Amino acid sequence: MAVIALKPGYAEAVEFRDRKENFHGNQVVYLHWEEHLSFCSATAFPLPPEMPFGALIEELIPTYYGMHPDYQSVNWEQVEWKIDGQSSTPDMSKSLADNGVGHKSLICFRTPGLNGYRGSCS
Amino acid sequence: MTPPRKKKMNLKQRYALMTRGLDWETSYQKMDDVFPYDTFEGIKITDWSKWEDPFRLTMDAYWKYQGEKERKLYAVLDSFAQNNGQLGISDARYVNAIKLFLTGVTPLEYQAHRHFAHLGRHIRGVGPRVAAQMQSLDELRHAQTQIHTISHYNKYFDGFAEFPHMHDRVWYLSVPKSFFDDACTAGPFEFFTAISFAFEYVLTNLLFVPFMSGAAYNGDLATVTFGFSAQSDEARHMTLGIEVIKFMLEQHPDNLPIVQKWVDKWFWRGHKMLGLVAMMMDYMLPKRIMSWKEAWEIYFTEAGGALFEDLSRYGLRVPKYADIATEEAEHISHQNWAIFYQYTQAAGFHTWLPTDEEMAWLSEKYPNTFDKYYRPRFEMWREMEAKGERFYNNALPQLCQTCQIPMGYTEPGDPTKIGFRSTEYKGERYHFCSDGCKDIFENEPEKFAQAWLPVHQIFQGNCGGADLGDVLKWYHMDNGADNLDYSGSPDQQQWDAWQAARKKVAN
Repeated sequence: MAVIALKPGYAEAVEFRDRKENFHGNQVVYLHWEEHLSFCSATAFPLPPEMPFGALIEELIPTYYGMHPDYQSVNWEQVEWKIDGQSSTPDMSKSLADNGVGHKSLICFRTPGLNGYRGSCS
Repeated sequence: MTPPRKKKMNLKQRYALMTRGLDWETSYQKMDDVFPYDTFEGIKITDWSKWEDPFRLTMDAYWKYQGEKERKLYAVLDSFAQNNGQLGISDARYVNAIKLFLTGVTPLEYQAHRHFAHLGRHIRGVGPRVAAQMQSLDELRHAQTQIHTISHYNKYFDGFAEFPHMHDRVWYLSVPKSFFDDACTAGPFEFFTAISFAFEYVLTNLLFVPFMSGAAYNGDLATVTFGFSAQSDEARHMTLGIEVIKFMLEQHPDNLPIVQKWVDKWFWRGHKMLGLVAMMMDYMLPKRIMSWKEAWEIYFTEAGGALFEDLSRYGLRVPKYADIATEEAEHISHQNWAIFYQYTQAAGFHTWLPTDEEMAWLSEKYPNTFDKYYRPRFEMWREMEAKGERFYNNALPQLCQTCQIPMGYTEPGDPTKIGFRSTEYKGERYHFCSDGCKDIFENEPEKFAQAWLPVHQIFQGNCGGADLGDVLKWYHMDNGADNLDYSGSPDQQQWDAWQAARKKVAN
């Protein structure tokens, strides 16, 4: 749809604020633990694209999701991953980029059998 | 010999002289050059003189009437201050609702003042131009009276001191700020549709009526006073809103699809922003009046339903996704309070968990959703608090590109799943909390791709630093006083000390 603007050339002059170049070598990655909505939304992190995918479960997830009572029971072998809505079997030793995680990608993980406090999805 | 007394003009003649009579067709300059803003949106106006102003208020009458009203209003505010009115509120916890309201809304009143002044210069038709001038003054008065209220509460409670500074920086205040920036950067007809119609006509009762009753019920006379003083102005604003819509639809059939698109957009944006009011009503008032869901049923489902039935003769239909918004009325207050509870470290007001009694009230008001989805969440957090492990979300939230609220809303029909929506524009991904917000982006991607999303701005290094402490400093938030739980806050300690002192005097 054509832009409706008073000033000619408005569309060409637009500054897109969240381009990857603005994040000092990082890219924004969103993380979401399905059926655990006590974490109110997905979380956002500025991460280097070359960071190994495995660092998510070794560092990020324990730090930011470890306080949930379900966390200690997670069997990481069984976790189901989705990257930008597509089911995925990430290679933990490879980088985020090599696993198809781009700027503003959403990584969801589901923990079968664990669905929140007293099964409430909280 | 004395000249014969001139016959006094009646109201209609005065109005004709003092508004329509002040207008003229320019001849040295082209009208399009004098009024450059009112055609580019594609709204076709064939005859501006068809504008009806049911109030027929002239500027001289406006000054006289408002001057009297202001004198009464400030007398009440003064007496509230002199009599230590802050001691008469139901509980100091209540003040947090006012903190959110005044820090979120007062700067918008000022923005409205500025933009109506712009319209009061730039609308070609003299009828709406004069109406916009008066509304501009109304909005300035509302901003002033609210700032007087802030000034009083600021002497006794935290969270108010930096309100204009915070409005431009704090993550959740970007929600009302970006809402209004969106309206002010639109053309004049979209602004009228957004603010005068969608907000002040369709949704205003949800903001003012329940909230002002809440203030009255909780002993907050300062807020009640500005609320009721504003009410008589609001009646005029609402009339302007409905008149603009009818005028556009009557002027040309080509206007209908444009107006419908704006109505859809601004209904949805208003619904999301009012989620903050929902949370105040259901969680923040120590004495509650009605639930958000009940308010939604009365003021949107019933009153809005009748309005859109009336407007259907112009071909205008109920806003898109009104059914989804109605479904969300069962969830939005709980989801929003959960957001603020877990990000209390970065909020300029205090949070708490609902008590047993409050949870019983919520169960009763929300029989379909509270016990099943939200009670367990609060009970889990209560257990964690009891163990000394109060739940904080230490990561930053994913925000919706359009409404800028953390993406915490669930799928229509499935409250156990977050609703994720995304789209690509010029090779870049954008994320949304809902179909409504996604549609708004896709209609104007150039505009919303520029959104100043607080979380991304922190990552880009534009908000004082990477640590919470740095960002709070940049927000001008007093860490340990303005933020965190009500329990143990300086506000609470002071309130308890006052109550103890009063008891001593009473004994």
